[in-house]
Amino acid sequence: MSAISAGGSGAAGGAPVAAGRTPPARPAPPLPATGGRPGRARGLLRAVARRIGSGIVVIWAAATTAYLALLAAPGDTVDILIGDGPDTPEIRASIIREWGLDRPEIVQYLSYLGRLLQGDLGRSYRLQRSVGDILAEGLGPSLRLAVAAAATAITLAVLIALLTAGRGPWARRAVSGLELLAVSVPTFVIGIVLLSVFSFSLGWFPVSGDEGPASLVLPALTLALPAAGVLGQVLREGLEKALEQPFATTARARGLTERALVARHALRHAMLPGATLVGWFVAQLITQAIITEAVFGRPGIGRVVLQAVTGGDMPVVMAVVILSAVVFVTVSTVLDLLYRVIDPRLRSS
Amino acid sequence: MAQVALRPARTYAYRLALPGAVLAVIAVAVAAPGLLTGTDPLAADPLHALEAPSGAHWFGTDHLGRDVFSRVVHGARHSLSIGVAATGLAAAAGVLLGLAAGLAPKWLDEVLARSFDVLATFPELLLALLVIAITGPGTANVIFAIGIAQIPSLARVVRAQTFVVRRAGYVEQAVTFGLPGPALVFRHVLPNVLGPVLVLATIVLAQSIIAASALSFLGMGPQPPAPEWGAMLSEARNYMRVAWWQAVFPAAAVAVTVVSLTAAGRVLRYRFEGRDA
Repeated sequence: MSAISAGGSGAAGGAPVAAGRTPPARPAPPLPATGGRPGRARGLLRAVARRIGSGIVVIWAAATTAYLALLAAPGDTVDILIGDGPDTPEIRASIIREWGLDRPEIVQYLSYLGRLLQGDLGRSYRLQRSVGDILAEGLGPSLRLAVAAAATAITLAVLIALLTAGRGPWARRAVSGLELLAVSVPTFVIGIVLLSVFSFSLGWFPVSGDEGPASLVLPALTLALPAAGVLGQVLREGLEKALEQPFATTARARGLTERALVARHALRHAMLPGATLVGWFVAQLITQAIITEAVFGRPGIGRVVLQAVTGGDMPVVMAVVILSAVVFVTVSTVLDLLYRVIDPRLRSS
Repeated sequence: MAQVALRPARTYAYRLALPGAVLAVIAVAVAAPGLLTGTDPLAADPLHALEAPSGAHWFGTDHLGRDVFSRVVHGARHSLSIGVAATGLAAAAGVLLGLAAGLAPKWLDEVLARSFDVLATFPELLLALLVIAITGPGTANVIFAIGIAQIPSLARVVRAQTFVVRRAGYVEQAVTFGLPGPALVFRHVLPNVLGPVLVLATIVLAQSIIAASALSFLGMGPQPPAPEWGAMLSEARNYMRVAWWQAVFPAAAVAVTVVSLTAAGRVLRYRFEGRDA
């Protein structure tokens, strides 16, 4: 979606006219000898600037939503910010000072935004520590889990797509059934089933905790299976569509084997719709990690969120909402650039 | 033409049969659990705790000796009512906000539409947790939290559909003939917007049930001893080494319910909107 919206911007800057979806069908515009590279770079810069602009809006909206939630909460804001933390006059005074609660509302809001801009996520009054430190501590284990899950999901999805594309209606039905299960079965159910089979019955993996790679296998699989089901379905459809296109016929006529055709040409076409799902996948990772970490008793951001929600630790919860927006925006920006790597047709426009 | 129209109709009926049958059984469990089981879901019997599935206890007994089958059957009402209530809340608010955006002046629509878009990018569970952090745990709060989290996606669909309906010939004609605004909205716009909402609501319901059971699993929903599927799973975790049945049956109940709802929702969506998945 954004790749398309970014497409229209470059043409005004004197860049070569965009080739459409089917380049050979049009008479090629005369290419200026020098205009190619700078025009392309300018288009890219503009696309990046636009993405960053809309990303800032999303992050600002996240911060504002979190702030509005705090304001909308019934009761005294100081009480809500303290949560389950110790309640002394000194702490109350410091909260009022820090959040500017004695000043007009618009000033409070602006001082909140100002602190965020400086990277100050506030203080957990329950844990008596800075929220930034608490999140930084949880980030390591969560990141390990996320990376392992993402790698597993992509590998499984590509395997599903390669093994089933072009294999007739049975393969199609099997994969779409798998996809249905993937979107329907809750994460904690998958986790519990994996635990009961592989940890309790077979004893292959530890039941809980975060010690060594073995403890990472089941949580990563729990997160990866639903994503692999959805992604596999999309990749498979993209692959089948690509294999029906004229370029596939041409390649076959040139004597390319089916395997080489898939590896060199078709997979790249299938990746584009798959890549649009990555944003969804990352959003999933953040929330599903909360559940997965609870099922497997792992440390990480998920556990931090859970403890903050049950303890009413609002500064931590607000920070996590903002963090998730930052992650989402970063990933979708990177993705937009990735489209251009995957599909050269998007680069020239 | 007639042949072309006939074949899909039969396919839909066929594709709806299995999920429909499963959902009918679940509906019975919600409406009249007594028809399916005569055992009290709360009756503890410590002497027969953690017994494997048998003729007397089809799904075995849990750590307090309660009948797991009876708890799964009675749990349907707890688990589904949260999802249904949350979906109803989200649908009502979504229709209202979506209609408002679709009929409002351009600047207001722009503001509303942007906020739907941005809120829809947030993971629903995270929004729900943000709400629970403020309201605290409990059944009513979980309904409220999930409902709020589902509003943006519904409002977006209603807004888009309102735009389509607004430009339709019959609406323009009604405007030409001077139908007053409220009558126009209730007689023409609203009924034509509701179709897609009902279809989407099936999917939203499935997602709400997942969210509800997940939040209960995390200990934020109905409190023990209420037989809610997610909460049952959470309790069962501690006994999994000895009693797999205590965890597996409630887990299967959630999975089967949501799979059936999603499958039915997709068939409906394909039937009414002609697009898949």
